[in-house]
Order: sequence, then C-alpha cells, then structure tokens
Amino acid sequence: MAARAVLSESDIDRTLRRIAHEIVEASPETSALVLLGIPTRGVVLAHRLAGYISDIAGIPVPAGSLDVTMYRDDLSTGGHRTPAPTEVPGGGIDDRVVVLVDDVLYSGRTVRAALDALTAIGRPRLVRLAVLVDRGHRELPIRADHVGKNLPTHHGERITVKLRDVDGTEEVQVVE
Amino acid sequence: MKHLLSTQELDVDQALTLLDTAEEFQAVANRQVPKLPTLRGVTMVNLFFEDSTRTRLSFEAAAQRLSADIMTFQVHGSSVSKGESLKDTAQTLEAMGADVIVIRHPSSGAAATLARSGWVDSSIINAGDGAHEHPTQALLDAMTLRQRFHSEPRGALLTGLSVAIVGDIVHSRVARSNVFLLTTLGAKVTLVGPPALLPQGVDDWPVHSTFDLDDAIDSAPDAVMMLRVQRERMGDGSLISHKDYVRNYSLTRARADRLPQDSIVMHPGPMNRGVEIASQVADSSRSVILDQVRNGVSVRMAALYELRGGQA
Amino acid sequence: MTSYLISGAELPNGTRADVAIRDGHFVDPGEVSGKKGTVLVGASGLIALPGLVDLHTHLRQPGLEQAETILSGSQSGALGGFTALHAMANTDPVADTAGITDAVARMGREAGYVTVRPVGAITKGLAGEELSAMAAMAAGPGAVRLFSDDGKCVHDSLVMRRALEQAKALGVVVAQHAQDPRLTIDAHMNEGALSSRLGVVGWPAVAEESIIARDVLLAEYVGTRLHVCHVSTAGSVDVIRWAKKRGIAVTAEVTPHHLLLTEDLVGSFDPLFKVNPPLRTAEDTRALRAALADGIIDIVATDHAPHPSESKECAFGEAAFGMVGLEMALPVVIETLVNPGLLTWSDVARVLSSAPAAIGSLAGYDAPLAVGSPAHLTLVDPTAVALAPRGSLSSNNPYPENVLPGRVMFTFHHGRATVSNGELVAPDVVSAEASR
Repeated sequence: MAARAVLSESDIDRTLRRIAHEIVEASPETSALVLLGIPTRGVVLAHRLAGYISDIAGIPVPAGSLDVTMYRDDLSTGGHRTPAPTEVPGGGIDDRVVVLVDDVLYSGRTVRAALDALTAIGRPRLVRLAVLVDRGHRELPIRADHVGKNLPTHHGERITVKLRDVDGTEEVQVVE
Repeated sequence: MKHLLSTQELDVDQALTLLDTAEEFQAVANRQVPKLPTLRGVTMVNLFFEDSTRTRLSFEAAAQRLSADIMTFQVHGSSVSKGESLKDTAQTLEAMGADVIVIRHPSSGAAATLARSGWVDSSIINAGDGAHEHPTQALLDAMTLRQRFHSEPRGALLTGLSVAIVGDIVHSRVARSNVFLLTTLGAKVTLVGPPALLPQGVDDWPVHSTFDLDDAIDSAPDAVMMLRVQRERMGDGSLISHKDYVRNYSLTRARADRLPQDSIVMHPGPMNRGVEIASQVADSSRSVILDQVRNGVSVRMAALYELRGGQA
Repeated sequence: MTSYLISGAELPNGTRADVAIRDGHFVDPGEVSGKKGTVLVGASGLIALPGLVDLHTHLRQPGLEQAETILSGSQSGALGGFTALHAMANTDPVADTAGITDAVARMGREAGYVTVRPVGAITKGLAGEELSAMAAMAAGPGAVRLFSDDGKCVHDSLVMRRALEQAKALGVVVAQHAQDPRLTIDAHMNEGALSSRLGVVGWPAVAEESIIARDVLLAEYVGTRLHVCHVSTAGSVDVIRWAKKRGIAVTAEVTPHHLLLTEDLVGSFDPLFKVNPPLRTAEDTRALRAALADGIIDIVATDHAPHPSESKECAFGEAAFGMVGLEMALPVVIETLVNPGLLTWSDVARVLSSAPAAIGSLAGYDAPLAVGSPAHLTLVDPTAVALAPRGSLSSNNPYPENVLPGRVMFTFHHGRATVSNGELVAPDVVSAEASR
C-alpha cells in the first residue's frame, strides 16, 4: 500500500480560508449562515470554517453537526454503524442558508442522506455544499458549491483525510 | 447483536452503545418530523402471551418512528389459546415476514428458548419473560438515571450512584434486569422487601439487601425504584398481610421527604397509588415516571436499530 | 434355543473366563464347547456383567404411547444392557388395578426383550387418598412386588402409614417419590442462587429430605421395608445414613443424571435438563457418588422418562419433567464411579443387578453368572464410546453424544440374545426365540 501526500497542513489551512471567502462572497447576508458538518471530520471542518468566516465577516457564525446514519441507503449492506450526535445550533435552520460541510465528496450518497436529514429538521432557505476534497465518481446528480481540491482518482484508490483534532496530524493522502 | 434477551448478558460497551444510541433517537422526537426511514421494510411483530398495553404500545411507537412495519399477535383468542405451540406460532410469524419478534411470555426463559431453538431466523427482543428479565425496562431506567445525574449523558456510566429497589423482588423481572444492568454500569443497588419477597440466595447477587425501608431511605440513595405490588400475591395470606406491607414498604410522603434533595423516585408502572407509592409522591417533582415512559420509546428504538439496522 | 460360548470375557471379580449358555441357563463351558450349533462369541476386552435390572422405568403404555411403548422401552433397555425393567404406574389409566398390571406384564412378555415387572400404584389414581387394590395386584399374574405413586408423593402421613402396613402384610415394598407438594408449588428447578437469578420458582432440598425423614420413622414404627426413589440431595443421604445406622430397613436409589449433571445446565433454559427431582449442585452429585460407593445408596435406577418432542420444545415453564436414561445408565456409571475408582465391576453388578432385583423380589439374579442361574448377561466394552440412544421413541436425552465411555455389545435375556454385536436383535427373531 503506497500513500502519497497531496495536501500538507499549510495547504489545508490555506484551502479552508479560501473556501471561507467564497462562502462569504456567495452569501453576503452572513447572519443567515449556519454551517453543519457531517461527522466525523466534516464537523471539525465546519467549526473551523465558521471561525474563519466570523473573522472575515466580523459576526459569530453558528456551526454544528448533522448525523446522517439513519438516512443512509446502504445500511443493509454497509454493516452496522452507531449514530453520532446531531447538534443543530440554537437558531435552527428554518429560512437560513445552510452550508453542509464534509471532508470528501465521492458517490454523493452521504450528501443525499444529509439532505433527507435536513428535511426532518426544518426548511432552509438555501442549502449549499462545501467539501475539502472532491474525488469524482458521482453516482447521484450532486455537486459541491465550494471545493477545496479536485483530486481525480480511480476506484482502487482511497483518500485519507487527517485532521489534528481527530487524528493528531494534519494532511490529505491518496492511498493505493 | 442478534438478540436482546437479558441484561445479564450485556457487557458495558454494549450497554453504553444502546444507551448512547437511545439518546440520539430521543432527539428525533423533538424534530418537526419525528420519524426516520431507517427500518423501512423491516417487520416487527409483538408476540404477547401476557397482556401488556404499555409495553406493547411503546414498542409500536418505537417501530413507527423508525418506519418499520408492525404486526401484533395477542394470545387471547388466538390460535395459541387453542393449543398451538410457541414453536409453531413463531414459525408462522416468520413465514409471514417477521424480522424482529418482540416476545412477552409468562414463563421464565421463553425468549431464550425461542432465540436458541433454531426454529426461526428472526431477531428476538425479550419484552418480559416470567420473573426472569425485562431488559428494555432496565435500559430505560438506566437512561433516566444517566439523564438526571449527568449533564452530558452520552458515554456516561452510573458509577457511584446508589439505587434502592423496593417491593416484590422475587417475582420481578424488572428488579432482576435492573440489578444486573445497573451494577454493570457501576451503580450500587440495594434491594428492600419483606423476607418472603426477597429471593433465596440474594446474598450471591452483587447487591445489598435489607428488610427495612426506613434504613434504606436514611442511607440517602440517589434513586428509589418502587415496584408494583401484585395484588394477586397479597391474597396468598401466607406471604404477608396487606396492612403490614403498606406500613413497612410503601413510599409515603413522610419517607419521600427524608430523601436527599436531588434524589429521584422511579416506578416501572402501572402504579397502585396508595399501596406501594403515595399519590403525592408519584406526582411530585422527584418523580421521573413520565421520563421513564418517554425514554422507553427511545430505548426500544435503539434496540430495534441495534438488532436490525445494518442487516439485509 | 441357541447355545452360546462366550470366551475371554472379564468377570466382575476381575478374572478372565469363558461363559456358556444353553437352554436359557448358564452351564459349564464344557457342555457347549465344540458342540454343533453353538455360537461362538469372542469377548476379549469385554466385561461380563449379570443382566442389568432397572427398578424405575417409565414405559408409558397404556395411554402415552407417543412417548414410548412397552416394546420400544424394552428395546431401549436391552440396548442399555438391561434384562429386567420395572414399569412405573403413572400411565393412563393409572396402574392401580390388577387388570392393568397383568396386561403390562403380558405385553412385556410378548415384546420379549426384557422381563417387564409392573409397578402398582399405592393410591387410586395416584390421588394420594385411598389405597389401591394392592393385594389383587400382588396376587395376579403380574405379580407386583413394588408399589409406587412415582410422579407424585404420598404426602398424607396417614395414607403413607396405611400403605406401609398393607405392604408389610403382603410382603411387598412401597417406593416413595419424596416431594412435599406444599413446598414445591410451580417449582421447575432446584431452589438456590441460580433459580433466584433466573427468576424460576425453585424446589428446595428440604422438600425431599423432610419427606424421607418422616417416611423412615413411619417404616420403623410399622416395622416394614421402605424404598426411596431418585435420591437427589446430600441432605437426603444424611437422613438415610442415620436411618440405616438405626437399623431401619430402608433402601435407596440414585439416577444416572443425578450422578453426573448439575443445575448449571438449566441456565440456558433448555427443557432437556428439566427433571423431577431437579438437577442439583456439584456438591450433591459428589455426596451421591460417595453414598453409592459406601452403600448408603443401594442401587442405580434410571427413572427413564420419555417425552414427545412437543413436550420439550417449548418454554421451560411449560415443558414436561424427565429424561430418557436406559441406554446411558451404564456409561454414566462407568464415567462417574468405575473410572475414578469408586466402584469395582463387582460393585456395578451389585448396584445395577443383584441389589435392585432383591428389592423388587425378582428371582433369578441372586447368583449372577453362576452355573444353573438363568442366563441374564450383558457384555460391555468399557473403553468404546457410548453411542447416542437409539431404542426409545423419544429423544429427550440430556447427555452429550460420543463422549461417555461404555458400549453394550451383547445382551442375553434368559439365554436369548437381544443385542448382538452392538445392534438390537430384530423383534421377530426375539419373539421367535421366545416361543421356542
């Protein structure tokens, strides 16, 4: 198994700041923003992005988590998963601009499940998607609004995202 | 986990997984659409050889919230009361598509017999078998304790909490399931009852026991769990007189007032107000009886998910 | 009748010798050796025991034939090395009249595999209230010498006293199933730490011991013999030891399952392990083995209790009590008593043959293997693994398969082979031989 680093710690940081700027540009009314990360690493990224956006916009931006386990379409084949917490910040999501945040976008099924989960919680004004890495091979008509890095891969490869808060180190690797 | 039959068989990790998952499911109840698609296509059957509206409805609510299909099979007036065996009933249900069978039966060990028999492939949840176990009841009791004594219940154990269980212990599956689950989670359990209602060999259980409720109350337990007194047994005069029972083992206002400020009062229901618990105590702010009911649905959702979510 | 020359068997006294059978009796080997028509049986490596006698068997016929018949039970007995069985009275109808007991004896003769001795009920319908027609049963062709309400306890002291008095007058013996019904209401297993953990109503040891204590005193007072069925606790052994020391004429039996199996097996709620009296603790099994070794307990009796599968494939509380045991009795005895050195083969012959025959007043077993005695014989390979039981109609066998030592290779009943080379001899051959 060969692992190849494609994003270093400083790459990740720079990429996230750039995404934060993009989000603000796309939604000047930053007070309507709510960032919801998809566990596990999406949550870390959502909180970081919220921090950067707050720095840029000068107002606090709420962030939380949206667990999608119960909405997955592959429960019967993917084996058992214990659900992670869903924490929706106090203002809720009704009539707000929700930005879903995840580390890797691949088939699109996780995001599809996240959209279903959102409908059970409320009715956002807008839903956008921000991902650190888009590795292609979509199986559903889903696209990210904000992409950190496009990494074309083939099915035999795996993308491994490591974040300090979860893994102790920070980098993105492609593993054969 | 293929079956949920007893708390004696649950280790700490399994118990925590069930409780933590139940916490997540609790949150669903507060959503705009309190329903999940997770068990769509899964069929749960309530196989009740004993009457129980509350437990049955609780399992039905749990299944509905997970979008599972439900069949209910009450024995009274059914083919079983005409002599059909447990084996044939279970196989008929499985042939009709049951994925999970929730069984309540008057005979201790019935759920285990069904699970180990090889007669059916379904997952089995024990909803109460004779005097043996009622694992989902103990789980909802543990969940209630966690919520009351930990601001962040997820991942929390019950280490150091003291719980007194009072009443007809020997005939109680709720007592047995709680003794083993609460002890696994680190709590200290004291059993209180008259000699005829404490089990023979209780000294081998990981609990304290006493005949004196006042003593137990004066030891400042964090929770007091009152068990329903089964009136049928009071009729057997050889056990204990009704008057003596109420005098010595009832949670009166006076006794409840002696409990520490933060202590809670629990009851699996249904209650005999005025017998094992005074009305005012049941309605007081100490009482978490309704929380227990609410947690029951979440815990049963967690059980259904653990057994069936993640399998074809 | 076929003559047999069995060579090289080890006798119970440890010597190796030839055994010869002619015209249904043991004869000097010289009388058959080399004669035309003598069948030679090579028995080196086999132990020769007198035909085993079971003092406690449930053959279920009349009335409960889905579980067992006198024929199938006899076949199971033969496969276990038995040449005589005592058919307990809790059939349907209950064997409380000579009409039933005579019929049971006749059906046993017709089946031909073993001697079936009918046991008569002590009380009418096993109800524990009025004595049955004990004298008529003793006098009829069924020749009942053992009376028992087994399955139920004769708990009324006055009724038990009258039964003992009647037994004294008739020269027969009363066998008690010791279980105080008031202490064992709805009980399904041994009472103790396990039953309280499992939430199953228990059967306390004192329910057995207190009845035995009362009965031995009554037997002493009346001045007659008493036999105690399926002793299961260390406390019961103590009571019997006290009684024997006092000179009371009490005999006692223990079942194979109480010698080997303990209550932990019930932890799985498997109804296979549900029996009355229940499986007890390891300490009890140790006390029972020691008691058999020093003679406080006189015999091993199987309490073979077949049940149809629907009575065992259900919730524990609803399941029937009992286990089959004719074919595994000898292997269990070898495993728990012979191999550890508690009993010699000569002791085995006593506890499984001559002693039960004596208690049941069954003739023909008092001079085992001796020239002139009826040829009741079993040849067992003590090292071969016992096969799973195959004779009974029921399969409620609690013992693990292919584990216990001891395989019966030949059984001879009155000189006729009922088991040959480990296989049951066909019924038509057995009855053909019987009519010669």
